[in-house]
Amino acid sequence: MPPQRNRDAILFDHNRDGIDRRGFLKCMAWAGTGALCVLEGGVLKSYGLDDPAHIAKEARGELSFVQISDSHMGFNKPANSDVIATLKAAIAKINALPVPPEFILHTGDITHLSKPEEFDTVDQILQSASTKEVFFVPGEHDVLEDDGKQYLERYGKNTKGAGWYSFDKKGVHLIGLVNVRNLKAGGMGSLGAEQLEWLEDDVKHLSKSTPVVVFAHMPLWNIYPEWGWGTDDSAQALSYLKRFGSVTVLNGHIHQTMQKVEGNVTFHTAASTAFPQPHPGAAASPGPMKVPAEQLRGLLGVTDVNYVRKHHALALIDSTLE
Amino acid sequence: MTTRKSSWILCVAASMMLALAALPPVEKTMAAGPSTVDVKIDNFSFAPATLTVKAGTQITWTNGDDIPHTVVSDDHAFKSKVLDTDEKFTFMASKAGTYSYFCSIHPKMTGKVVVE
Repeated sequence: MPPQRNRDAILFDHNRDGIDRRGFLKCMAWAGTGALCVLEGGVLKSYGLDDPAHIAKEARGELSFVQISDSHMGFNKPANSDVIATLKAAIAKINALPVPPEFILHTGDITHLSKPEEFDTVDQILQSASTKEVFFVPGEHDVLEDDGKQYLERYGKNTKGAGWYSFDKKGVHLIGLVNVRNLKAGGMGSLGAEQLEWLEDDVKHLSKSTPVVVFAHMPLWNIYPEWGWGTDDSAQALSYLKRFGSVTVLNGHIHQTMQKVEGNVTFHTAASTAFPQPHPGAAASPGPMKVPAEQLRGLLGVTDVNYVRKHHALALIDSTLE
Repeated sequence: MTTRKSSWILCVAASMMLALAALPPVEKTMAAGPSTVDVKIDNFSFAPATLTVKAGTQITWTNGDDIPHTVVSDDHAFKSKVLDTDEKFTFMASKAGTYSYFCSIHPKMTGKVVVE
């Protein structure tokens, strides 16, 4: 038997980004059952959720918020016949956090079929959250049929264009982007020229030490283009954020947690509260994944985000609904 | 002359009967409507992805996925509403040409209809 190597050490840092493939996979593997990933000085640290002492230490900071995603209200297929119950479980998880989050981000696919009653149900369930402030971006399922008109009527107040906007919380600049409109045949997510221009202007006057959080439905990094898991013009958007010391990109859409660190940018996707999807290329299509009932809640979840000023990084804790 | 005229009439009558006899199969085809072709939507793809049909063919797409899809031609010659599981969309291919189409929700899904 070969000697055991230190499994936490970075062995292959091909991109010189402080993370090797082994470390990335380990982080991914933990994410399925809940993990805390912290980037500190360019080095990714991850802790399993069974290590509460570390989490308690990391989970404190100036700003704490929660990301939920892909509630797909109205979905009733075998992969999860009760998406109301699982969204309620996610809210219970948020309400049980030791420090109430400042706000909630919903990164899209609020509904399954853009039906008014589906939006109403989600709004109603969110009212039971101890945190009342919720920020949204649309998923492709929220802008079916009507070019996103209903979405904008409900959530578009104080937004630009198809619903993009930015705001500041405790020194952190947050930007909600829309990449699910005007999709081109053969392509992936799309931001479009108008939104990119707005983004460039929006961050122009910020100091480079401002922590920036960008959230959008479809991944802003190319996770798996074969399944359309990426955004065609995300590179241009990210080029406007290069000069910032700390950028965190939060996405949904792929119904599983994944994380990647590239320079000063941490990319993270959240689990769905409705149903899991397969790992990239692990199935014939990215459709809903049917798992044994007792495993379902272990694959759904919420993401807790903490900003600690002196660490100059945002800590992300994924936890499942179990 | 009389005999020849009768023969002529008989001949015409026979031709007409033959013509009439030939009609029913034509009517049968008409009753069945235009020829139809199905495209299945499964696993986020159109099958067959490329379809060649004669003008006048009716094409029906059926969504077999647990996720909604659409069928939208690039030139907007046809555009379905959102198709939930088992829902169908039918397009009468009457004009010759090549129609590239895609799912506007999952644009990686593309297909082509060639109408001859």
